[in-house]
Amino acid sequence: MPAIETHELAKDYKVGFWRPRPYRALDALTLAVEPGEVFGFLGPNGAGKTTTLKLLMQLVYPTSGTASILGRPLGDIEMKRRIGYLPENPYFYDYLTADELLSYFAGLFGYKGTERAARVSRLLDEVGLGAERRLQLRKFSKGMIQRVGLAQALINDPEVIFLDEPMSGLDPLGRRDVRALILRLRDEGRTVFFSSHILSDAETLCSRIAIVAKGRLMASGTLADLVTAQLKGWEIILDGVSQAPPASHPGVRAVTAIAPGRYAVEALPTEDPLRLARELGGLGGRLVSIAQLHDTLEDLFVRQVDQAAGTDRFAPPVAAAGGGR
Amino acid sequence: MSGRVSVPTVLRIAANVFKESVRDKVLYAIVLFAVIIIAASLLLGQLTAGQEVKIIKDLGLAAISLFGHFIAIFIGIGLVSKEVERRSIYALLAKPMSRAEFVLGKFLGLLSTLSVNVVVMTVALVVVLGVYGATQPAEIKATWEAPSVDPALGVAAFLILAELAVVTAIALCFSTFTSPVLASAFSVGLVIAGHFSADLKNFEQVIDNKVAAGLARGLYYVLPNLAPFDVKSQVVHALPITPLYVALTTGYGVLYVGALLTLAVLFFSRRDFK
Repeated sequence: MPAIETHELAKDYKVGFWRPRPYRALDALTLAVEPGEVFGFLGPNGAGKTTTLKLLMQLVYPTSGTASILGRPLGDIEMKRRIGYLPENPYFYDYLTADELLSYFAGLFGYKGTERAARVSRLLDEVGLGAERRLQLRKFSKGMIQRVGLAQALINDPEVIFLDEPMSGLDPLGRRDVRALILRLRDEGRTVFFSSHILSDAETLCSRIAIVAKGRLMASGTLADLVTAQLKGWEIILDGVSQAPPASHPGVRAVTAIAPGRYAVEALPTEDPLRLARELGGLGGRLVSIAQLHDTLEDLFVRQVDQAAGTDRFAPPVAAAGGGR
Repeated sequence: MSGRVSVPTVLRIAANVFKESVRDKVLYAIVLFAVIIIAASLLLGQLTAGQEVKIIKDLGLAAISLFGHFIAIFIGIGLVSKEVERRSIYALLAKPMSRAEFVLGKFLGLLSTLSVNVVVMTVALVVVLGVYGATQPAEIKATWEAPSVDPALGVAAFLILAELAVVTAIALCFSTFTSPVLASAFSVGLVIAGHFSADLKNFEQVIDNKVAAGLARGLYYVLPNLAPFDVKSQVVHALPITPLYVALTTGYGVLYVGALLTLAVLFFSRRDFK
């Protein structure tokens, strides 16, 4: 049984005052996330990532389609006991201290007394806010609020954790901590579904990804499935050459100047890179490196987003009229 | 899913609302201002020879009611709208709770805050009346229709609180589906109408048009009838307020609050948080 499953999930918002038109924020999203996966939900800003998470949390209701989490329908209270959610750019009651906020949320899960206090204390230490636990949230920076947000999402030891842009507002150290946290959650066998537009996060963390653009699922699968392992060419870096290597060489696709006397030569995959490097090294320079060129996640992302560009997100009126809850 | 109601969850949400209001300086300012007005009634009473106690009671109860209305409407509307605007509701609704529990918790939280405030303001009024009574000679006291510190004041304060429960439910109900500005306007309008809705009952005696009279009678049944909660004149003139009257008025308030909260839950359960 998938941890998260959506089938043809769609959401229209009405836009316009006098003649409201349905704006399709999410279109027929069908995907399944297996237990124990770290699933990256990628897309540019406005792609429908947050709408998907809000649909899964029942903060908005679908226009059509269905979804389930841990085999239970959305909104099911028993299911909600087993999940955690970090909203995008979270905001919490600023009159509470970090300790009070987590205690309040822990209370909603039924934790009481010393168990609740111990849980709150452990989580605040884990996210690096142990020293600030008695400080009102109004005094917290954006990064600290994000850390509180992560702590509250984990207050119930959830089996499935939804993180909407978890790296947002964090400094490099904070991002490193969150990456380590997500990997720890994965090692504990939990399912993590996180949205991001930062591709390096997905590359380092995810077992599978999905790319959405303009409300549509453009691709999904493992990184290996999506990013072809086929060799696209070679990158040869030469330094100290007296003149630019000839781009007209039959084995060379492109030559890029990096610095004075330093060039990146992109060679065809059929070339022998060492032989080519020796040939080009004859110009008086030395060989710095030879690297294989493969398709990257960024290539795939840009390709899918470009493909989605130019498509209309306003649903035809007839189609929109049939929407239900 | 919206219909599930767990009492501990509702109480936890209510406790958080109470904590928020305890830390809200605006609320302290309102209550302090009300206490000052009540104390000032002591001075105003001096202007009316022989009517001092009546004036203090009348002004004091009016202040409790008026400032209670301020708190009920403006904080009542903020209960939901602030959570939605600031998006603090996102993390909250992902917890194991229903939207019905959220609405009921918010209502109970503000009602408990209002209860404390009404008690504080009533105690201030009783202290003012007690001090005034203690300073008057026996022959003056003998002319009063009721003692300065009269148990009827407690009954009046209780009915004010019952009225504030209805007003809070009105504000909460509007805030579940419209903007804070519109919710404030609608709530103030409905509360004012509620104080005069009894006039609609006998509209046919004023107007000949049967349709208009029927419409007025229909409105009478739909609009809240808040006039019965106001027993200032009975307290001031030492007229009896029977337990049956208090019970019926409270019962009406409970029913009206129940209807409003049901509507609030229905509206709120269907709402998208974009």
